[in-house]
Amino acid sequence: MPRLPKLPAPPLPAALQAPPPRPGEGNGKAGPLEQGKQAGITVVDWVDERTSLSGAGRWLLFRKVPKGTNWFYTLGSATMFAFLSQAVTGVFLAMYYRPDPAGGAYESIRHVTNEVFLGQFVRGMHKWGSSVMVILIFLHMGRTFFFGAYKYPRELNWVIGVVLLILTMVMSFTGYLLPFDQRAYWATIVGVNINGTGPLVGPYLSDFLRGGGEFGATTLSRFYAIHMLLIPGLLAALIGFHLYLVAKLGTTAPPWSKAKERPELLEAEV
Amino acid sequence: MSDKHAKHKSKYTADRMIPGAFEGETVTRRRFMTGTAHTAGGIAAAAFALPALGFALGPIFKKTPHTWQTVGPASSFSEDNYVPVVVTLTPGIGEAGTSTAYVRKFNPKIDTDPYDASTPYIAISSRCAHLGCPVRWVDAAERFICPCHGGVYDLLGKRVGGPPVRPLDRFYTRVEGESVQIGPRFSVNSELRRFSPRDPGEPLDGIGQYLYPSRPTERKL
Ligand code: HEM
Ligand code: FES
Repeated sequence: MPRLPKLPAPPLPAALQAPPPRPGEGNGKAGPLEQGKQAGITVVDWVDERTSLSGAGRWLLFRKVPKGTNWFYTLGSATMFAFLSQAVTGVFLAMYYRPDPAGGAYESIRHVTNEVFLGQFVRGMHKWGSSVMVILIFLHMGRTFFFGAYKYPRELNWVIGVVLLILTMVMSFTGYLLPFDQRAYWATIVGVNINGTGPLVGPYLSDFLRGGGEFGATTLSRFYAIHMLLIPGLLAALIGFHLYLVAKLGTTAPPWSKAKERPELLEAEV
Repeated sequence: MSDKHAKHKSKYTADRMIPGAFEGETVTRRRFMTGTAHTAGGIAAAAFALPALGFALGPIFKKTPHTWQTVGPASSFSEDNYVPVVVTLTPGIGEAGTSTAYVRKFNPKIDTDPYDASTPYIAISSRCAHLGCPVRWVDAAERFICPCHGGVYDLLGKRVGGPPVRPLDRFYTRVEGESVQIGPRFSVNSELRRFSPRDPGEPLDGIGQYLYPSRPTERKL
């Protein structure tokens, strides 16, 4: 395997840099602070010696970014944090949720909202966070579009982005049924029937979504499994690949930043 | 490469310069090994993927048995107005599995369509033919009106306004002794010709009946 080029150490501000040892220091017993520091370094070294992960970490984090990089470049990370927030709050909601169409689903949501400690807050995070994620993903898509960041060699990252967008929409659609109140029920009926209006494949698609010809006993658990297992797994994997390509290809410079033009400057650099 | 093997080079694998290839060898051992490993992996993956896929798709192909539910005595329905009755479409899941049907007696003055001639009672499904919201019979207007996107239907369930693409679905009816019974659902096109049940939003006139195929598991009676 070719050796990765050694990257420069992270530029730490002077206050955080370790002071050079004074003459005579290091001979006596190490103080508790130094011992703690050594313990931490030992653990990190132990893992790194067996995994070489620090190289990957530096490769991912200490990249060169183009001049003119601005706040709009944070929208992708913002979308990712919205997704992480959804994942964490969703896991805790799943500890209480019951996908039972005969009343249990509605009752379990009511229980979370009214009785569980911080339940209303966590449910609110998940509920409003879903809208935040959809808004952020569109803003991020707009940023990459208007900055021309979808062009060669980043087309594949745009295509993966489109799949991420579709999967996010599937999350929204399947999550909407879960509270199982009147709005959830009828919105899902209408949504499934919109799928059904696709010629030739539509009827089969809506039968697949419902698990039969009518809204049935397994429709809710089907939506629940798609919402909390199938799509999040795909999303996490694809976000990983999306970020790999960002690190591999680097980000684009904003469209208004120009290449150096002044010939005297170029000559001086020769 | 040892001389022993150089003497008997196989003409099939000679180009690959693999030491140890012998005369008559058509597939290198390396290729055989790769092929075997891929096949074994493929079989192992199919062993869990196919049953899982079948499990997920199974309910679509399940035949639902036709049931007839009694909705009331014959005396409770008249010829010129609808009575709402609750029918169970999916048993065991409470309200989520029920729907409303609007029922009246067959009326030779209105139900002039030849397709209806043998029907003792007319049972109209409240499932809007646009996207499936529940329509309501408004007596004063003599119309079925949908709360979602303004679909309007007349006394026979034919569309008179809004986005629906076909008339309201109907249910088969029969009389058992003194009571009226409601059977499976069927869909109709704008001339009230009968089709096996389709989902809302799927037109049945002209090319529509071919663009939206029926379920293989459900037929009209
Ligand atoms: C789950 C949703 C998504 C997440 C978590 C995500 C995350 C990210 C992150 C962190 C970056 C780094 C640069 C930046 O933030 O601008 C990025 C870049 C990029 N994203 Fe996304 N993204 C998502 C959806 C999308 C969508 C919907 C599209 C477009 C259809 C898209 C297209 C791109 C492209 C083309 C780049 C490269 C930008 C450049 O090189 O300057 N992404 N993404
Ligand atoms: S669902 Fe009835 S008009 Fe749209």
